[in-house]
Amino acid sequence: MKTYLVRRLLQALFVLWSAYTVCFAVLYLLPSDPVSLMVSAGAEQGSVDDAQVENLRAQYGLNRPVAVQYVDHLWHAVRGDFGVSVQSGRSVTQIFLDVLPATLELAAAAFVLAVLLGVGLAYWGTFARWSWARQLLLSIPPFWASLPTFWTGLMLIQLVSFRWGLLPATGNDGSRSLLLPAVTLALPTAAGLAQVFARSLRATQTEHYVTTAAAKGASPRRIRLRHCARNAALPALTLAGVWAGNLLAGSVVVETVFSRSGVGRTTATAVSTQDIPVVLGLVILSSALFTVVNLAVDLTYPLLDPRIVHLAAEPR
Amino acid sequence: MATLTESPAVTAAVTVGSPLSEAGRTAPPSVPERPPATGVGRRLAHAAGYLLRRPGLSLSLLFLLAVLIAAFFPDLLTADNPLRGDVTERLRGPSSEHWFGTDQLGRDLFARMVHGAARSLQATVLAVAVGLAIGATLGLVSGFVGGRTDAVIMRLVDLALAIPALLLALALITALGFGTVNVALAVGATSVAAFARVTRAEVLRVRTAVFVEAAVSCGARRDQVLVRHVLPHSWGPVLVLAALEFGTAILAVSALSFLGFGAAPPTPEWGSLVADGRDYLGTSWWLTTMPGLTVVATVLAANRVARAVEGERGTGR
Repeated sequence: MKTYLVRRLLQALFVLWSAYTVCFAVLYLLPSDPVSLMVSAGAEQGSVDDAQVENLRAQYGLNRPVAVQYVDHLWHAVRGDFGVSVQSGRSVTQIFLDVLPATLELAAAAFVLAVLLGVGLAYWGTFARWSWARQLLLSIPPFWASLPTFWTGLMLIQLVSFRWGLLPATGNDGSRSLLLPAVTLALPTAAGLAQVFARSLRATQTEHYVTTAAAKGASPRRIRLRHCARNAALPALTLAGVWAGNLLAGSVVVETVFSRSGVGRTTATAVSTQDIPVVLGLVILSSALFTVVNLAVDLTYPLLDPRIVHLAAEPR
Repeated sequence: MATLTESPAVTAAVTVGSPLSEAGRTAPPSVPERPPATGVGRRLAHAAGYLLRRPGLSLSLLFLLAVLIAAFFPDLLTADNPLRGDVTERLRGPSSEHWFGTDQLGRDLFARMVHGAARSLQATVLAVAVGLAIGATLGLVSGFVGGRTDAVIMRLVDLALAIPALLLALALITALGFGTVNVALAVGATSVAAFARVTRAEVLRVRTAVFVEAAVSCGARRDQVLVRHVLPHSWGPVLVLAALEFGTAILAVSALSFLGFGAAPPTPEWGSLVADGRDYLGTSWWLTTMPGLTVVATVLAANRVARAVEGERGTGR
């Protein structure tokens, strides 16, 4: 178990390092020059001559060879320093720490909603008594997956906030302003979860252990919950890392629509001002999230499926 | 589906597409008149029957046809100018004159949607093409060459799958700059990994087939084997993925356009039209609802057609 843990940790570090490297390559090798962007942004305050541009380059270390910059940035990143924002001059780590709680709140609420909606739809869509109800319930997820997130958000604002006046349309204050964005963010994830879970629920019904359980006299309800649902949960759980990443990425659109401050809105602004260090920081944040969630999932597998621990513990 | 039938765009699709459906409907009676010797007539009749038994698929095809017409011949669908409006007609609701209503400058929203279709669709097609071309090439090389090349490419693919597609696209846009083409390239790049995986899996399956071994033992060169024998047998599932990728790409392109990374303001694009309507959300519902419904209808139609393609290939084997 210990060697397994060490190996997984090393793998996780490798993923983080390569994500950083690839992203660095994309952002620093493609033709975009942060200094000339900075200069053109402040062009109204007076012209900037070439010497000043060179000074700025030296200040941000952009005049050094790319390889040197890479090693330097990586060394700082390892110690939690992702550089400073080109636009505001503040530390990227600090920028994200400031807005992270708001986004985590939103993502957690959306995650709970997505699990409730997705699992509920898949369960009742598979086991409902009437075939029309099953068909209806199972046709909902593909429909949800076809809705653009920005549009569902705007539709919810239009109906719930403006027409019915039930909930505030924008802002970060309290649970009342959290509900609409959370629903908007949850829908695509719920759709994906429902589709995967429904597929594996259907697959479990022909398994031998279901026949065995029925032969032993277990009630249909017990078979569904204890045998089908528990086994069908594994494939859905495997994708948890992907879904956590999607919730973070989805916050870019959702926070823009609902004018909430958070990681997503910060990113949208950073992209529109081509603030490279901030964007790089976010990609690292999301791949760190992905890695941590995947690690957590792998460690909880044995709790759901006792067969797995033996495989993992065996030396290869 | 209820929302689908309410959209005027569907009405437009049905009226525009009617010549095709008329032809489809007249095809079955022509079968008894002609003996089954003519292959074309029978196939037409077969196709018509297939479509008539699937009204959802027919409707999707008609709608996509209308979108294609909008993209290539926008003047056939609307006579209004998408960029110039009549200020006295500003912020009018949907009517028989302005199907989707008018915006704050009195421009006809339907005309703007129709003229925006070209850009949004071009971006989508370019995105899928980029993903397909790069992804399939990587997958082919990875599966066929194997060894260390395979390991490196697949590691990169795993990595790309670990970063959410939208964030990867945003990072690329930061580096490339804004504009419809850059949005399309960024969205295309996010699907490269999926295409590479599917292609590699297929190549690995085909590579060990007997006819490939036969070709190799007959002395065919490696590139000949790859292009003549492996490629044609492995691209079925890859093309199905490309069909499925269309809906995803439309959503991604319109989301990035909504965030303001697409074409510059006066030019209409589907995503940016929704964004423009945001400021009038409380007073003029049609400005956001109508463009959004069109996007939803297009994605649903594209997915329906893709599933039909998938099903055909599944039963065809």
